[in-house]
Amino acid sequence: MLDKSYYDKTDEIIAVYGKKPSSLIPIMHDIQETYRYLPGELLTYVAQQIGITESKAYSVATFYENFSFEPKGKYVIKVCDGTACHVRKSTPVKEYLCKALGLSDEKHTTDDLMFTVETVSCLGACGLAPALMVNDAVYSKMTPEKAEEMLNTLKAEAFGGEGGSEQ
Amino acid sequence: MGKITIDGMEVEFTNEKNLLTIIKKAGIDIPTLCYIDELSTVGDCRLCTVEDEKGRMFASCSEEPRDGMVIFTNTRRLRKYRKLIIELLLSAHCQDCNTCSKNGDCRLQHMARRYGILNVRFSDYRERLPQDHSSPSIIRDPNKCILCGNCVRVCEELEGVGAINFMKRGSEARVTPAFGKTIAETDCVCCGQCRVFCPTGAISIHHHRSWVWDALEDPDLRVVAQVAPAVRVALGDAFGIPEGENVMGKIVNVLHRMGFDEVYDTTYGADLTIVEETKEFLDRLEQGGRLPLLTSCCPAWVKFVGEQFPEFIDNVSTCRSPQGMQSATVKEYFRDPKNNPDGRRTVMVSIMPCTAKKMEKERENSYTKGEKDTDYVITSTELIEMITTAGIDFNSLDPEASDIPFGYGSGGGVIFGVSGGVTEAVLRNLTDGHSKDVLHNIAVSGVRGGSQVREFTVNYKGTDLNICVVSGLARARKVLEDVRAGRKQYHFIEVMACPGGCIMGGGQPIKIGREHVKNRTDGIYRSDKVASVKKCGDNPMVLSLYDGFLKGKEHELLHNSKFCAKNFR
Repeated sequence: MLDKSYYDKTDEIIAVYGKKPSSLIPIMHDIQETYRYLPGELLTYVAQQIGITESKAYSVATFYENFSFEPKGKYVIKVCDGTACHVRKSTPVKEYLCKALGLSDEKHTTDDLMFTVETVSCLGACGLAPALMVNDAVYSKMTPEKAEEMLNTLKAEAFGGEGGSEQ
Repeated sequence: MGKITIDGMEVEFTNEKNLLTIIKKAGIDIPTLCYIDELSTVGDCRLCTVEDEKGRMFASCSEEPRDGMVIFTNTRRLRKYRKLIIELLLSAHCQDCNTCSKNGDCRLQHMARRYGILNVRFSDYRERLPQDHSSPSIIRDPNKCILCGNCVRVCEELEGVGAINFMKRGSEARVTPAFGKTIAETDCVCCGQCRVFCPTGAISIHHHRSWVWDALEDPDLRVVAQVAPAVRVALGDAFGIPEGENVMGKIVNVLHRMGFDEVYDTTYGADLTIVEETKEFLDRLEQGGRLPLLTSCCPAWVKFVGEQFPEFIDNVSTCRSPQGMQSATVKEYFRDPKNNPDGRRTVMVSIMPCTAKKMEKERENSYTKGEKDTDYVITSTELIEMITTAGIDFNSLDPEASDIPFGYGSGGGVIFGVSGGVTEAVLRNLTDGHSKDVLHNIAVSGVRGGSQVREFTVNYKGTDLNICVVSGLARARKVLEDVRAGRKQYHFIEVMACPGGCIMGGGQPIKIGREHVKNRTDGIYRSDKVASVKKCGDNPMVLSLYDGFLKGKEHELLHNSKFCAKNFR
């Protein structure tokens, strides 16, 4: 059971879009934005509130790759594996990131909830291939080396603005 | 309005909603796995695809008819196209046909035969998924699912439950309850309509045949059968008997042949139900009790109220269902050593059109004196399989009468099998006299008819009684919402979960379409016509019981001391 504050926040979000079935997707978006994932309990709660079945809400949430029932990291790294990125060697970039962060095809998020690495089908930035996104920022023409540089910058940012290094 | 040329034949149309309907009317059995007239159209399976004169191909289920269309339904290209679809479906379908409960009755199998698929070129690389046996009524085997979505739409659109839905998409798409739950963990009401509409064996009945066979062979047991009204007009389907024909006499014979010690008729239990329910209704009406009174015969509906409309729990009649009353009464009868000189234990086998009855018998309030009232529930479909197993030639059997004292029921008890029947039986009981005119007036009061929601008013001793008869829980949900919001006021609401009533129950031989509802309904009303006693309260066997051993035990045997939606998790 989640803390009451989650339900209060969800009520606020539902109030923005209205208690109707068509509000489902915008509500799920906002919940995911707030908590960086979509807690299953809240999805069930939203379904009750807007008058659809739990199974329907679950169906919509699982249809879109974007929604996640697992908590995601502070930095969500989306490695593009569309055709253009794939032929321009996106795979080694993804492999490097996974190795560096101790992730795999089954484990997408680091235990400290800092990084999530996932593959997306196309970011629509084929001219910049291979591309990846970290939250809202696009990184172009990636190589494992550039990815390493990027990770170091992100880690420095993440683990203290005073230049503190990881223990 | 207009004309369409189908395979060179000119066909007129008026307001048909899609091309598929017109093609069917023209006498062409266009293949489809996902199109069901009563449900929304999704165009999933693409088998109903047709070709026009310019070679354009489109799914006829989702094509609006236009005047002057020229279409072809059976071209070389279409045959190739349909074959490929079936082959692809088969490649992603567990093909254990010989050991599948749907063997011989599977629409995918029929399709494969129809299009002469002798070889599947693509191999099945999918991981085997576990079956879900959690429900007492149905079994789900995801490996046999072809993702037509019929069960999803039936559950949501017809039953208003929505226990299952699609998850994910593309090659990962599956039909499941939310969050990987089992069926038992959802709001599934066990009605089994998903099983009726499933073209394959992905959803099947939870079978209990072997337990019954074992009981029949045990000399220490007295095995007693009760046969529900709806079974008698559907069982013949499996033996080439005209649809809707009452085969109760043959059923009694075959059950005796199979070794049942006593064969009783659930119409007797239905008569008891009506006597009690009428009393309860009048009591509530006169004493200002909770109204509307909601019927309690349909366990799927009772579960639905308990889970989705708990504020209406006190409106649900305390009467046990006919199955419950019959079983409790029969068991009590044989508890008396006078009626049971050899001291055998009584095993009650209830033969039902219904999968939800398997859940009802497990409920905490389906016990009397610490003993389960109904030991086994087998559906019509399971009985057909048992008859086939026994190798008995059903058609050549002579009809037999059911045994006394619990084998005699009134016409009012028989009509329990159709939507509106419970209400009609109550109305008969409320009305003085049983002349033809009296019965006719009740029949035409609005209680009968093809629509799934029927509202009407009858006068009882100066009071106008507002009555609502519903089948299908999606519609029942609307009715209850109206009552809750104060938009509607009723005195009595009858609900049956299956569209058309128990005759279309989830355990019946599969027939989809309004014409079949009509055939079975007509069969039930014909059975009522030939019954010499029309009013449940006039059944002499029931009357003698009230004066006899039932005296003082009415509440214990015929009523639920507490409300239970379910008790099987």
